[in-house]
Amino acid sequence: MAASGIVMILFLVFHVAANLLVYGGPSAINGLANVLDARTELLTVARLVLLVTIVLHVVAAIQLLAIDRAGRPIGYAKRKPQVATLAGLTMRWSGLLLGLFIVFHVLHLTTGTVQPMPFHAADVYGNVVGGFRIGWVAALYLVAVAALGLHVYHGWWASFRTLGLSRRSPAPRRRPFALLLALAFWLAFSSIPIAALVGILK
Amino acid sequence: MDLVLHVWRQPHADAPGGLQRYEASGVSPDMSFLEMLDLVNEGLLERGEIPIAFDHDCREGICGSCGMMINGVAHGPLRGTAACQLYLRNFRDGETLVVEPWRARAFPVLRDLVVDRGAFDRIIAAGGFITAPTGHAPEANGTLIPKRDSDAAMDAAVCIGCGACVAACPNGSASLFTAAKVAHLGRLPQGQPERDRRVLAMVARMDLEHFGNCTWHGECQEACPKEISIDTIARMNRDFLRAQWRRASGD
Amino acid sequence: MRLDARVPDGPIAGKWDRRRFEMHLVNPANKRKHTILVVGSGLAGASAAATMGELGYRVKCFCFQDSPRRAHSIAAQGGINAAKNYRNDGDSIQRLFYDTTKGGDFRSREANTYRLAQISVEIIDQCVAQGVPFAREYGGLLANRSFGGAQVSRTFYARGQTGQQLLLGAYQALERVVGLGQVEMRPRHELLDLILVDGQARGIVTRDLVTGRIVPHVGDAVVLATGGYGNVYYLSTNAKGSNATAIWRAYKRGAAFANPCFTQIHPTCIPVTGHHQSKLTLMSESLRNDGRVWVPRKEGDTRAPSEIPDQERDYFLERKYPSFGNLTPRDVASRAAKEVCDAGLGVGPGRRGVYLDFRDALQRLGHDVLRERYGNLFDMYTLITNENPYQGPMRIYPAVHYTMGGLWVDYDLMSTIPGLFVLGEANFSDHGANRLGASALMQGLADGYFILPNTVSDYLAGARLPAVAPDHDACREAIARVEARVARLVGVRGGRTVDSFHRELGHLMWEHCGMARSEHGLKQALAAIPELREQFWRGVNVPGSGAEINQSLEKAGRVADFLELAELMCLDALDRRESAGCHFREESQTPDGEARRDDAHFAYVAAWAYAGEGAPPVLHKEPLHFEAVHPSERSYK
Ligand SMILES: Cc1cc2nc3c(=O)[nH]c(=O)nc-3n(C[C@H](O)[C@H](O)[C@H](O)COP(=O)(O)OP(=O)(O)OC[C@H]3O[C@@H](n4cnc5c(N)ncnc54)[C@H](O)[C@@H]3O)c2cc1C
Ligand code: HEM
Ligand code: HEM
Ligand code: SF4
Ligand code: F3S
Ligand code: FES
Repeated sequence: MAASGIVMILFLVFHVAANLLVYGGPSAINGLANVLDARTELLTVARLVLLVTIVLHVVAAIQLLAIDRAGRPIGYAKRKPQVATLAGLTMRWSGLLLGLFIVFHVLHLTTGTVQPMPFHAADVYGNVVGGFRIGWVAALYLVAVAALGLHVYHGWWASFRTLGLSRRSPAPRRRPFALLLALAFWLAFSSIPIAALVGILK
Repeated sequence: MDLVLHVWRQPHADAPGGLQRYEASGVSPDMSFLEMLDLVNEGLLERGEIPIAFDHDCREGICGSCGMMINGVAHGPLRGTAACQLYLRNFRDGETLVVEPWRARAFPVLRDLVVDRGAFDRIIAAGGFITAPTGHAPEANGTLIPKRDSDAAMDAAVCIGCGACVAACPNGSASLFTAAKVAHLGRLPQGQPERDRRVLAMVARMDLEHFGNCTWHGECQEACPKEISIDTIARMNRDFLRAQWRRASGD
Repeated sequence: MRLDARVPDGPIAGKWDRRRFEMHLVNPANKRKHTILVVGSGLAGASAAATMGELGYRVKCFCFQDSPRRAHSIAAQGGINAAKNYRNDGDSIQRLFYDTTKGGDFRSREANTYRLAQISVEIIDQCVAQGVPFAREYGGLLANRSFGGAQVSRTFYARGQTGQQLLLGAYQALERVVGLGQVEMRPRHELLDLILVDGQARGIVTRDLVTGRIVPHVGDAVVLATGGYGNVYYLSTNAKGSNATAIWRAYKRGAAFANPCFTQIHPTCIPVTGHHQSKLTLMSESLRNDGRVWVPRKEGDTRAPSEIPDQERDYFLERKYPSFGNLTPRDVASRAAKEVCDAGLGVGPGRRGVYLDFRDALQRLGHDVLRERYGNLFDMYTLITNENPYQGPMRIYPAVHYTMGGLWVDYDLMSTIPGLFVLGEANFSDHGANRLGASALMQGLADGYFILPNTVSDYLAGARLPAVAPDHDACREAIARVEARVARLVGVRGGRTVDSFHRELGHLMWEHCGMARSEHGLKQALAAIPELREQFWRGVNVPGSGAEINQSLEKAGRVADFLELAELMCLDALDRRESAGCHFREESQTPDGEARRDDAHFAYVAAWAYAGEGAPPVLHKEPLHFEAVHPSERSYK
């Protein structure tokens, strides 16, 4: 679970950086896409790794959920979480949302299957900016990206603890780095649909 | 002061249960929560009803017998205390309180607020010890133990085995309890020879008892009357992964 | 009944060695053929069960809590003594032996106390090997502190939770052998009777506290490690479940009960706040190292303590005992507090309390040092009383804490019933008329880890033990007795709760058999107790049945036994017309109000034997001879 999560986060670090190239205009991002497309084997391997990671993550998530739910067959009539965060308590929902989103997203921007605008495999810039011009698509991305922020805010911090890689701390629930990462993802990813919607990106 | 209680009543393990309303009137703020339950019970007895069953013994926060969810919080609203150390001055006059037993598959309810925490003993039996049969011991000062290590061991060793961590954890995980013992023994030089065996066996037992997993909600630390840190869980995970690695690599 | 202590001959330092050498041994292959029943999982019981399990015996261990880890030993705070002399401050086995014997006011058996001091050294080694995290110095060596007025630093401790850590060590050792299948652990089981076959202890009858099932367990020896009976007084520092049932039922089956009236009253406990009070909380004795005890000089002084100037305060311990001051032993300090309160000078609600003041220590040492030394205790005090001891003094008052009395045992810890061994607080052995701080833990572990496993083997190797089946007549009779008793308790259906009887008994005992005892008071109690017992059996209300979790029934059974034991305590107190240690007879005091011991007439262990329902118990005396120490007057002036 933790390892797959971290791999995905690392992918997203790369992904968000690549996506930010849209601000450099069509040539920048399309250039990168062309460079990557030229290395077919590498891309295939990367995609395979990613696919396996996602599958592992989802399988592990389902197993975990099953065990945890079975751990308390009868719930409390009244229960007041003291410190559990919204992010932590909604991991399964943010995860579910992300899963659905990824399917949609791949169909939308990788294969172009559900691209409501004309799709050009070579024109990443056009696909992205064009896609986000449509209100509901942009909205969907914004929601998904918010879920991502929450998932990462809890997930990044949690995975290091799951792997036992954290240090002893007098306030173990503080997680400045996870907060930073989550905010960075959220702001950076959100900026693109917004920018496209309000016309900064054309 | 007056309080209204909704207490879980269940005659035995296999019977259905439900919340019952009781009034605790004219109680003193200097009473402990358990003394208030005593008083309610005296009232029930006078009316010919069956008193509320709850576990308790030391009444000073050390034996780990007592424990109940009070208004959705394990051991009640006060941090770092067991239910028996909770005084009524921590409540508002007229407040309504829901009182429920620990809930977890591994802790079946036996009656009212009494649950079976035998799973904890079995986790300890699986590996929560240092093998040192009587008579084998070397001179106590023969091994120097840095104060830092011995203090850290003690920080974890203070666990009273109350089960609040399990009760408070959204997943019903016994990670904090198990990790506290792993951390206590794993911190000490005496605990090194069995360190790998211990963590593998205890974690395996914990899973076998149907506790949930730790997904880092941190509720356990908050509920723990001894405020044991969730850092111990991270430490247990590290020990566990390393032990698995060493076992797999035949090291 | 003949009391033969079976103390080995020879010089005192060699007695235990000699005993061990003379013992018969059980062949390793035969060990697994013997079943030993250990009742109790406190320090004494858990350490005994674990050790005998390791040796290869088949062991069954019982406790009434839901886990062996919750035995009352868990609550001990201060520490455990051992004659390690790590501090090079003049300690030795001889000195620990002397201090313990003198502390007990020369009413303990010399040979036992000496052995205790000898074994103390091994206990620390054993516990450290198990991973007990005793406090350490920066250099990595074990730390020590002085405790209970001892002049040497010989107390080992683990913060304020020494009992917890020692018990967890024993518990973990026990669970290890449980995991290996050598010991069968039965939590939530209560012993309700003893099974004797041909005069030997061969089994017990227990009630499963969950299902109510009453079943016999047979074995080759029975070990009782069931703790003390301080709860006779209702309010005490003992855990709520601590009880006398096991030893009382053994007494009624023929085991002699020794020195029942020797009850330790601890001077520093949080005073009673009201009728609802269910137990009393100990504030560690270590507080007296820096706190000063006082009351206002003027009766009915209602000023806040901080407004009472020094010249209007009576630091009564410092005044009466200038050389020991606030560190006088427990019994002396408790009586002094009672005296000032009796004189109307007490403070707080009900005027039953004295101040324990840290004002001077705060000025001398500062807030931080005090927090480091006593932070935990101060927090606990604040939690309970809602008062802040950094700002004003604590209020304290004595409370029942420990019972030195218990079943009589010989040097091998065997009672007057062959095959019935008694360990820990449940026996009478080592503390005489007063126990020194940090020595109960030591005794429990010495008994369980080191003494019993040896002496049981000797007994098993020497005894003739024909097989006993669970349907043996003796078992059936014992079960019938227990069932009848349970049925009787549930059948009364009276109108008064168990607790109300218990409170009334406690009050009686506290008034008449507490810190000061007189012929008049004891006779009053002896008249009142049978009457109360009568009322109990006519009017107690135990709802529900015996076939379920029934906490009222559990309590009722224990209180019924307390109601009988209380009478024996008063009888013993009446019979001992001297003052010794905790036992202060008003008729036996010096002109300035100090206790006067009477070695000429009372240098003996009073062992009482049951003589049947309604008949007065018979007193047997084990004379005490002192060869290694000379009984001196215990003065702390
Ligand atoms: C608050 C407090 C602080 C103390 N501090 C210190 C200290 O600092 N140093 C020190 O040396 N001593 C201290 N003492 C004294 C010491 O803790 C006890 O004397 C000692 O722990 C007794 O141990 P034990 O094994 O004999 O009995 P316990 O620990 O009382 O164990 C009794 C066992 O018997 C079982 N049992 C009882 N009755 C039955 C029955 N009928 N059927 C089945 N099982 C039964 C119980 O379940 C339990 O397992 C303190 C005591 C108190 C109250
Ligand atoms: C594909 C859909 C996804 C699903 C169904 C999903 C589901 C889950 C679930 C149920 C958890 C369990 C943790 C908990 O309950 O607190 C979890 C943890 C985690 N997820 Fe996801 N997730 C998904 C996608 C992602 C993505 C895209 C990332 C990366 C950005 C990610 C990173 C993590 C991390 C780091 C953890 C923490 C693991 C741990 O605590 O050990 N997940 N996920
Ligand atoms: C504004 C936000 C985003 C933009 C503009 C964006 C853009 C893109 C584009 C253009 C592609 C296609 C790349 C190609 O085929 O060459 C892609 C693929 C992908 N994106 Fe995103 N993405 C965004 C957010 C996300 C998020 C939040 C996730 C994960 C939770 C994600 C996961 C993926 C994955 C898994 C692929 C497929 C990778 C592949 O085909 O190699 N993306 N994205
Ligand atoms: S870890 Fe804390 S909450 Fe859990 S059992 Fe131990 S003391 Fe109780
Ligand atoms: S609350 Fe549960 S999820 Fe982990 S941090 Fe504590 S065990
Ligand atoms: S009763 Fe012992 S911890 Fe609460």
